[in-house]
Amino acid sequence: MDTVACIKRVPDTGAKLTLTDDEQEIDTSHLGFTISPHEECAVEEAIQVADDHDGTATVMSLGSVDADEQLRTGLAMTADEATLLETDGEEWRPRETAAALADALSADSGTDPEFDLLLFGNESADVANHQVGVRVAERLDMPFVAGVSDLTIEDGIAVAERDVTGGTEVYELDLPAAVGVKEGLNQPRYASMRAKMQARKQSIGRQDPVAGEFDGGIEKVRLEAPESTEGAAEVLGEGPDAVPAVVDLLRDDLEVI
Amino acid sequence: MILSLVEHAGGRPEETSLEALTLARELATATDAALEAVAFGAESAALGEKIGDYGVETLHHVGDERLDTYAPEAWAESIAQLLDATDPEAVVAPGTDRGQEVLAHVGARRDLPMAANCLDVEAGDVYELSRQRWGGSLVEHACLDSDTKLVTVAEHEFSPETAAEPTDTSVQPFEPSLDESAFRVTVDRVEESDETGVSLGEARVVVGGGRGVGDPEDYDKLETLADSLSGTVGASRAAVNEGWRPHDDQIGQTGTKISPDLYVACGISGAVQHMVGCKGADNILAINTDPEAAIMQKADYAVVGDLHEVVPELNDALADER
Ligand SMILES: Cc1cc2nc3c(=O)[nH]c(=O)nc-3n(C[C@H](O)[C@H](O)[C@H](O)COP(=O)(O)OP(=O)(O)OC[C@H]3O[C@@H](n4cnc5c(N)ncnc54)[C@H](O)[C@@H]3O)c2cc1C
Repeated sequence: MDTVACIKRVPDTGAKLTLTDDEQEIDTSHLGFTISPHEECAVEEAIQVADDHDGTATVMSLGSVDADEQLRTGLAMTADEATLLETDGEEWRPRETAAALADALSADSGTDPEFDLLLFGNESADVANHQVGVRVAERLDMPFVAGVSDLTIEDGIAVAERDVTGGTEVYELDLPAAVGVKEGLNQPRYASMRAKMQARKQSIGRQDPVAGEFDGGIEKVRLEAPESTEGAAEVLGEGPDAVPAVVDLLRDDLEVI
Repeated sequence: MILSLVEHAGGRPEETSLEALTLARELATATDAALEAVAFGAESAALGEKIGDYGVETLHHVGDERLDTYAPEAWAESIAQLLDATDPEAVVAPGTDRGQEVLAHVGARRDLPMAANCLDVEAGDVYELSRQRWGGSLVEHACLDSDTKLVTVAEHEFSPETAAEPTDTSVQPFEPSLDESAFRVTVDRVEESDETGVSLGEARVVVGGGRGVGDPEDYDKLETLADSLSGTVGASRAAVNEGWRPHDDQIGQTGTKISPDLYVACGISGAVQHMVGCKGADNILAINTDPEAAIMQKADYAVVGDLHEVVPELNDALADER
């Protein structure tokens, strides 16, 4: 059973989000990059399902050549193959991205997709458009469920769970199927040093993405980092000596005791 | 006309759908357009009594009994056919799992762009809108250019508001033609959770532990603190990645969003992705050894110190209080 996980390279932001002067992007000059948490789980699941069912796991990304780094992380986690739909680094919009992924996923296989399970992160960590997975699935005429927190493959069926208030909804999808997964689905493995070294030597398939033409669309004007209005915290004290002040606060001001 | 998707439980509208209706009505008022709604399942007819307060003139009630169970493609196909029949200027849905998924399907079927998790939308030939990125840590200002605009509304960013004047909602059955393939994805069953105790999202007090906790056993101290404040324990992603806590406990962009009266953040540095999960907290108390940690700028109160010393001392003091 073959699987494909679609992933995106995003900045590994920490304590503060700083924008570039033109307000078009996050200033990444001091940042590393990562696969977002939902998609790390997508990669892990793709690998586990392929391993359990004698198949091949592929990681695929649309992005600049720098996204090789995230694809290599996928390979180091023991995905078998990696494909980059190489762009010039400009932000692609969701309809274009979905069209290009769907094109790449069907290109070498005619009408029938060659894989059985296609995984996306529920939404990308950065832009969070919440639609690429659905649009790809529609183009490939595959069933799709978003928000998946648990997945089991049995007898040609994907059993997918989604958390709702007070429980979970269970869906049963005939394979081939597509899902948008959330962090918590599994514990993604850490790639060993050795695996990382080996992944550096593996080759990454490259394709030119085919975007297609679309009328209108959503166009970014600028980004804004909401200013936190609060200043520094009121320091109640240092170490255990602060405890009486904390108790006063909890009892008198916050009334939680 | 502006069309809004209303989710409901047994004919009672969900809070997030009322939020979406509020934004949809603003759009309708600004453009002098009618506000209409669409809802699914036999029980949705009862919504007519409830959403007039929000200014809905017409409810398109899709009562096909196969739709008593949620089926994303059937919902989307129905809405797509309703677009063909009524040609609304925009479709507004709540930014829930269902809202996002269904509207994205509609977008795919009618080749329309979609703007997800909007905070504010200004009507016009082209919509000028703001929407959440990074789980709400960043705002994107964008233009949405389309014949029919598809918009989802960020959850819990504002309170639902009823219209100045209530309307009598006319309930009109809508009967889309749906073949079996529209039902290939459907909720097969719902499993109830056997969790007891307060859930993280609803707790009035949350005690969060991050990498600074150091090992899984030391969460006992945080559990004791949470218990004495009738609260529950949460964690940062760093702690979850260490395997100290289950992912269900994670607070933040890719975990749970909390909105307690008090959040006690122990050994947590205050990364944006963590803080976006607790921006609903009324008060934040940080316990951290590092006076320069980012959380010291983001919390309301702080104790500079080792949580392994401060929390047990606090537990003793709270025991004495009783
Ligand atoms: C796309 C994306 C999504 C993410 N989603 C989430 C999310 O949902 N939730 C989340 O939490 N993170 C998320 N992260 C990760 C986030 O960026 C941080 O890495 C993470 O929150 C750090 O956790 P932490 O504060 O426990 O650890 P650290 O940043 O390592 O901080 C530990 C803190 O503990 C203090 N400390 C150490 N010892 C003690 C002691 N004995 N007593 C008191 N204080 C002590 C230190 O001073 C430090 O401030 C995400 C990251 C990305 C890129």
